[in-house]
Amino acid sequence: MGALLEVRDLTVSYRTNEGPVPALRGVDLTVEAGEVLGVAGESGCGKSTLASTVLRLQPKDATVGGEVLVNGSDVLTLGWGDLRALRWAEASIVFQGALHSLNPVRRIRDQIAEPILVHDPGTSDDEVERRVGELLEQVGLPRARSRAYPHQLSGGQRQRVMIAMALACRPKLVVADEPTTALDVMVQAQILDLLGGLVRDLDLGMVLISHDLSVLSEVCDRVVVMYAGRVVELGAAAEVFDDPLHPYAQALTGAFPRIGDPRARYAPAGLAGDPPDLRTLPDGCSFAPRCPKAVDACRTAEPPLVTPPGAAPGRRAACIRAGEPA
Amino acid sequence: MSATLVAAGGSTPTLRRPSYAKYVGGRVLGALGSLAFVLVVNFFLFRVLPGDPARTLGRGRFRTEEQLEAFRATYGLDQPLPQQFLTFLKNTLTGDLGVSLRYRVPVSELILDRLWPTLLLVGTSTLLATIIGIYLGMVSAWNRGKTVDRVWTGSTLTLYSMPEWWLGLLLIATLAVGFGPVPGMFPTGGLHSVDADPGTFGYVLDTAWHLALPVTTLTLAYLADYALIMRSSLLDEIGEDYLVTARAKGLRDLQVRRRHAVPNALLPTTTLVAINLGFVVSGAITIETIFSIPGLGLLATEALSIPDYWVLQGVFLVASAAVILANLLANLLYGLLDPRVRT
Ligand SMILES: Nc1ncnc2c1ncn2[C@@H]1O[C@H](COP(=O)(O)OP(=O)(O)OP(=O)(O)O)[C@@H](O)[C@H]1O
Ligand SMILES: [Mg+2]
Repeated sequence: MGALLEVRDLTVSYRTNEGPVPALRGVDLTVEAGEVLGVAGESGCGKSTLASTVLRLQPKDATVGGEVLVNGSDVLTLGWGDLRALRWAEASIVFQGALHSLNPVRRIRDQIAEPILVHDPGTSDDEVERRVGELLEQVGLPRARSRAYPHQLSGGQRQRVMIAMALACRPKLVVADEPTTALDVMVQAQILDLLGGLVRDLDLGMVLISHDLSVLSEVCDRVVVMYAGRVVELGAAAEVFDDPLHPYAQALTGAFPRIGDPRARYAPAGLAGDPPDLRTLPDGCSFAPRCPKAVDACRTAEPPLVTPPGAAPGRRAACIRAGEPA
Repeated sequence: MSATLVAAGGSTPTLRRPSYAKYVGGRVLGALGSLAFVLVVNFFLFRVLPGDPARTLGRGRFRTEEQLEAFRATYGLDQPLPQQFLTFLKNTLTGDLGVSLRYRVPVSELILDRLWPTLLLVGTSTLLATIIGIYLGMVSAWNRGKTVDRVWTGSTLTLYSMPEWWLGLLLIATLAVGFGPVPGMFPTGGLHSVDADPGTFGYVLDTAWHLALPVTTLTLAYLADYALIMRSSLLDEIGEDYLVTARAKGLRDLQVRRRHAVPNALLPTTTLVAINLGFVVSGAITIETIFSIPGLGLLATEALSIPDYWVLQGVFLVASAAVILANLLANLLYGLLDPRVRT
């Protein structure tokens, strides 16, 4: 049986007035059933872009290449009818920013019920009502809350609604894009608990996106670290977190950003320099300008994502110096 | 699942219940306050004018002091101001708006009589302008930057910048009077032909034929507003994240528009339409004068030239009340459609 999600050599480039922005530059990853894959990286590295291509939701000004297989179907080439049938039923997304991703003038109930009715128009009112109540309880919200409007809920509650909505059609894969960002620490922990529990109970496959590696290390089986639209490191969550191979991943973990510190998002502590400008990436390794270990060889060719000498099998890093003793 | 359930239940803030009744109560009270204020202004507006109101109103009509005194007594102008105000309040509230100096009939009757042509004219125009304007705005927004959008937005902007009277005269000069070899096809003014027989179907047709040009003028004048606001509010919605959510759920593009984008974009447009309804009288003044339609607008213009004091006061009252009521309607509609403003 194939993987739940298989992304092969995915490239996405946005056309802008100032020239093309290569947001993803050849990303490969897989998610198996029941597995949680973490995606880490600072703001602008292409995490949300990756999430949106899973259901072919990228904006019109994006050019996409490569393959995105959901349960074996390539969503990038699927016909519109098949694509609509696949959306939400086989994979769903918990979008970044719950406040704006919910329709402000419709009740929670209607928004959760909508995908159920779209994919199964024959569902009776009673059945829909029962299912919405069930979903709300599943994410820890009282059924009565179904009559509320988004603005009447707290940030954490809205995030729960987004999660309930994502589960509405019983998908096998859920992509959660920064589900804990902008929540306070207590609520972050609750939401992570909830997601972990759902993965166990429902045997979900999940892509969990965060700029915060420490968040991912708790919940994920494996993580990928992204930089400037590429995967620069990949491996078992605990291994990557405890012993990062790529200097960028080292900066992310070494910084040990406190969970919920909003500053950590834009500038991981211990990492000098500005985030890269995707329009004017340097030759060679795109991290080299900020890298404390960069040598001349780093500036000539983009390093491939390989298992460095001496590293555990299944670990990969895109750094020519990754195997060297510290 | 169980652990989170407890945790979330504990941290649940109390839900602020949307209370539409309370919202309505507040708005109605506000409207009543405005109405009271209008009444006061209405009373003082004419009485604080410099000079003797009776003389100003009579304007050379009285040959003797006795006539002047009789006039004052009839209209209570010999009473002290507070007394006059109380009388005015009592009369207004009981629907007694005085007697027209020119027509010698009660102002309330006159206004009721002239209300229908105005409502017919402005109502029809508003309805047409709303439907056409919203449709054009929608088409423009969905095809932003394409030829359709350029053409419609260009034309609506042109219409927007054209004064009503100019549009009206243009239509009269071409379609009513005729130009070159083309004969005039519509009457230049009035609401009915002299020989029309009330109650027949022909009478209805005749009225429609008379209203065609003024309704077209007003429709064109209002339409631009609605098309432009619909276009811009739909463009605002099109960029919103919740539309991506809707697409992600598997909705067709058409469903995304119909269920999510358009209803939300209609909120500002609805409010504008409701508010504009308030300018029923002032909007009708120009057009009714140009097309000689015997409505409130024309009544006001005529009363001004006499001046027919109580008619002016009555029309002013109706015009202000219309504005206040329309604002109330707009608020209530908005509160009904958008849950965010209620709480
Ligand atoms: N519609 C767009 N048009 C042009 N550029 C875009 C567009 N969307 C995203 N980008 C650019 O693509 C890059 C990746 O954006 P993306 O939203 O995927 O980043 P992200 O990793 O999710 O960041 P964050 O942590 O802030 O959410 C950024 O440089 C961004 O500026
Ligand atoms: Mg993002």
